[in-house]
Amino acid sequence: MTAYLVRRLVYAFLILIGVNLITFWLFFKVNTPDDIARLQLGAKRVTPDAIAKWKAERGYDKPLLYNGSAEGAKRFTETIYFEKSVAMFMLDFGRADDGRDIWFEIRNRAGPSLAVQVPVFIVGLGVNVSFALLLALFRATRFDFASQVFLVAMMSISSLFFIIAGQYVFSKLWHLVPISGYAGGADAFKFLVLPVAIGIFGSLGGATRLYRTIFIEEMGRDYVRTARAKGMSELVVLFRHVLGNGMIPILTGVVVVIPGLFVGSLLTESFFGIPGLGSYTIEAIQAQDFGVVRSMVFIGSVLYILGLVLTDISYTIVDPRVRLDT
Amino acid sequence: MLRIVTARLKAFLAPACMGAVLLGASGCGEVWNDPYARPSGEDNTLYTSFSQRPKHLDPAKSYTADEAEFVAQIYEPPFQYHYYKRPYELMPAAATEVPRPRYYDKDGRELAGDAPASSVARSVYDIRIRPGIRYAPHPAFVEANRKLTRDAVAGKYRLSDFADTGTRELVAEDFVYQIKRLAQPRVNSPIFSHMADYIIGLKAFGDRLKAEVKKIEARDGKDAWVDLRPHSIEGVEVVDRHTYRITVDGKYPQFIYWLAMAFFAPIPWEADQFYAQPGMAERNLTLDWYPVGTGPYMLSENDPNARMVMTRNPNFRGEPFPAEGEAGDAAAGLLKDAGKPMPFIDRVVFTREKESIPYWNKFLQGYYDNSGISSDTFDQAIKAGGEGEATLTAAMEARGIRLNTSTATTSFYLAFNWRDPVVGGSDPKTAERTRKLRHAISIALDFEEFISIFMNGRGIPGQGPIPPGIFGFREGRESVNPVVYDWKNGRAERKAIAHAKKLLAEAGYPDGRDARTGAPLVLYLDAADRGPGDKARFDWYRKQFAKIDVQLEIRGTDWNRFQEKIRKGNTQMFFLGWNADYPDPENFLFLLYGPNAAAKSDGENKANYSNPEFDRLFDEVKAMDNGPERQALMDRILRLLQEDAPWVWGFHPKSYGLSHAWIRNGKPNQMANNGIKYQRIDAALRAQKRAEWNRPVVWPFFLLVAAMGLLAWAGVRYWRRSESAVAISA
Repeated sequence: MTAYLVRRLVYAFLILIGVNLITFWLFFKVNTPDDIARLQLGAKRVTPDAIAKWKAERGYDKPLLYNGSAEGAKRFTETIYFEKSVAMFMLDFGRADDGRDIWFEIRNRAGPSLAVQVPVFIVGLGVNVSFALLLALFRATRFDFASQVFLVAMMSISSLFFIIAGQYVFSKLWHLVPISGYAGGADAFKFLVLPVAIGIFGSLGGATRLYRTIFIEEMGRDYVRTARAKGMSELVVLFRHVLGNGMIPILTGVVVVIPGLFVGSLLTESFFGIPGLGSYTIEAIQAQDFGVVRSMVFIGSVLYILGLVLTDISYTIVDPRVRLDT
Repeated sequence: MLRIVTARLKAFLAPACMGAVLLGASGCGEVWNDPYARPSGEDNTLYTSFSQRPKHLDPAKSYTADEAEFVAQIYEPPFQYHYYKRPYELMPAAATEVPRPRYYDKDGRELAGDAPASSVARSVYDIRIRPGIRYAPHPAFVEANRKLTRDAVAGKYRLSDFADTGTRELVAEDFVYQIKRLAQPRVNSPIFSHMADYIIGLKAFGDRLKAEVKKIEARDGKDAWVDLRPHSIEGVEVVDRHTYRITVDGKYPQFIYWLAMAFFAPIPWEADQFYAQPGMAERNLTLDWYPVGTGPYMLSENDPNARMVMTRNPNFRGEPFPAEGEAGDAAAGLLKDAGKPMPFIDRVVFTREKESIPYWNKFLQGYYDNSGISSDTFDQAIKAGGEGEATLTAAMEARGIRLNTSTATTSFYLAFNWRDPVVGGSDPKTAERTRKLRHAISIALDFEEFISIFMNGRGIPGQGPIPPGIFGFREGRESVNPVVYDWKNGRAERKAIAHAKKLLAEAGYPDGRDARTGAPLVLYLDAADRGPGDKARFDWYRKQFAKIDVQLEIRGTDWNRFQEKIRKGNTQMFFLGWNADYPDPENFLFLLYGPNAAAKSDGENKANYSNPEFDRLFDEVKAMDNGPERQALMDRILRLLQEDAPWVWGFHPKSYGLSHAWIRNGKPNQMANNGIKYQRIDAALRAQKRAEWNRPVVWPFFLLVAAMGLLAWAGVRYWRRSESAVAISA
């Protein structure tokens, strides 16, 4: 296991360098440091002098990747790429172009994002698995058929529709919850009820259908037939045997998304006024803020790699036949 | 105290109540959808919103309307605009009076107040500030807080983390300090270059300061404090404790307007020193994030991703509510509070709203006290009155909502690149042809239709660069652009397309084809293409040009490239707009001043328009005081511009705002951003209306629970039956 983790760590480092390089290339292919400066300085009375000052203040006055005017190793180190990247790999994300500390902002925004995403993930998983089990139990009945139609319809509807309809019905029509807003601590409850409920409801279609298929597939296996032959009731078969074995593919599928919960959801956060990380990257792209973009891409990559490693580890936990030593 | 406890209890009980209802109970009788953490409605708080997070709250940097909404309440420059009077009029804010500049010739002799600009070598402004003004409480005024080590700053992320705060009296030196900050290279103020052209010695000071900053940074580190007090600017001096003097090069009457902007608000040196301490910037403790001012409010909560909260500055000087206004203001009840000390509101909560649907619904629920009107919600809010005027719909009127409209001091225009051989006018050989082509296009582009289709009628067609509310703008027949309109039956009527086609033929393009080559005339419009949302507009442009048989190619690109093309003069036509900095025609005419050409000097004359006659008249008119002479010259200039047509004079947008019945004293003002201090709230009425409009409806939950129970019962019944069934019955 240790050798595997070390190997993955080395791979991860190389992947992160690659991702960082591609992000840098793509970003500066579209925006020049002058463009960034002009956007930050505003539309009025921007002078070449002000642009030069802005770039010098933030280290954008150097060449992008190769400094022909420097000597030796400085040709590569006295560049925008090197100076910005080295600090980031030391987990110093620096400041956004508006001067604000990026790590401070990420920490502040991660909490609200998690406050929505974690309940949606946990409760959603519970609801989806339960509903899928119910459908497996009532398979090939009219209830199953009606539910399938309902789930396919749910899959076909945009999550934006659920958000707008939810806000309209529960807040505008029935006045039960705030239409949007957020507060920390215990006050968060009333603000989270609706987005969490909509998040769970919106994920019902695809996930439940997938889990139902997994459970029904398990129900046709030999060990299930054996259990039934031994006289076990269908409920015992379902909960003791089918659920346990069916959870292997489900678990491995969901573990990979756990680290990604930090980054939030753009639509949910925008419509519900939740000050999370969901819109941070998009806003940074619009504002041409390279510092924030590269930091969020870096963190996203780290979380994705972490998710994959956790998935591999979870295989060993749920299936003892799997070993990571080789 | 009891009220606070009750409020807290209610806040705690609301979710519990909601949970109880979900379980089947009922009978909780309060508003549940209140979008604020603490119960709101009965407090003397203004609830409003913002959509774009402010980038800068440092008054030396802040230059956008989004930021002015905050900055203008916190900082108090020497002057401000009268909130009610029109045309816009300057009045003292921190200063005791609006000074008349003293003019001197090159030999230092004082000149008369109406001296021509050509004889004026220097203008001197003596600004006396009111004694006794004090800053809002801030930790920077406690000496111990300015001697912190990096360790002492650790764990502090907000100003409220500093236990001690202090204040001190505002002095003239604070205004001078801020002017020095405009030249501070670390601040990089957007107006430095412009001001350096006028304030004597500012440019040289900037150069000296640059070297000094480098020296200090090399010695003490990158963020070390640069004390600006020992350094002096030739044209800026402290006369006494409450008076300072600014000397401006030549005659620049518009300078006084700049002194009504936050760029010239005072900054105490203590704040500069406080924020320069090690560890401060790393924790976002900067002047750009936490302002310190003498205005009516102070920023007490700063989370631009969620909400900004301002509270009343306990040290505010207590400015009296104005007793005068425009005709009709008194009758409308706007001046009832005359003489009473402002501000009236204790707290202002700005909540960030990125989406229009929740924003609009929260306004309708009474949780925002005021609102704009988006295109999506326009039909819900506005209907055309009997004479075509905008009025509120019955639903809005039933809620007591008020409509406030005003025409923005903004001009949107289509610019012709003056250097372009087809549409520009720089080549004397083709000037007449291209002028006629521009006239034809000006007639074809029907901005009345544009305003109707794309702006719900919220705008007025432009007759020149000057929007209403700015000196030089005329109403009625005198305002009409004779190139595009005829005056018929008491109103301006756009000339017929046949006339435009005739002009096009005279320009050498009969039926839209080059008379010499027979090739169709294809024109190019550069635009920042933001995606499918722009398609309808682009189609409309094409349709307008097609009316005169001209093909239009739209060269859509991203914002950066669009700007770059304009800067380099690589465009033929493009749309742009300009929002007034101050209510003087110079602020619009300079957009057409030859030496400001974008392609030549990276200036604001994006069309690269160049006409020596206009430049001469501009130089003359910008230095004149408002009066009949200036108006006559403005008329001449506008006629010249209408004839040259370097822009198609697009439109001036109208701003529509809604406010609830419990908001008093509000009046649209395009210049003053510090309007919150004038407003008053009837909190009891708001609380009553909110309760009335937001009664929870709980019966659907009982219905839902019953339906689920029924489903469960049917399921269990089915299950039992199937489990007890036998394959073959006996």
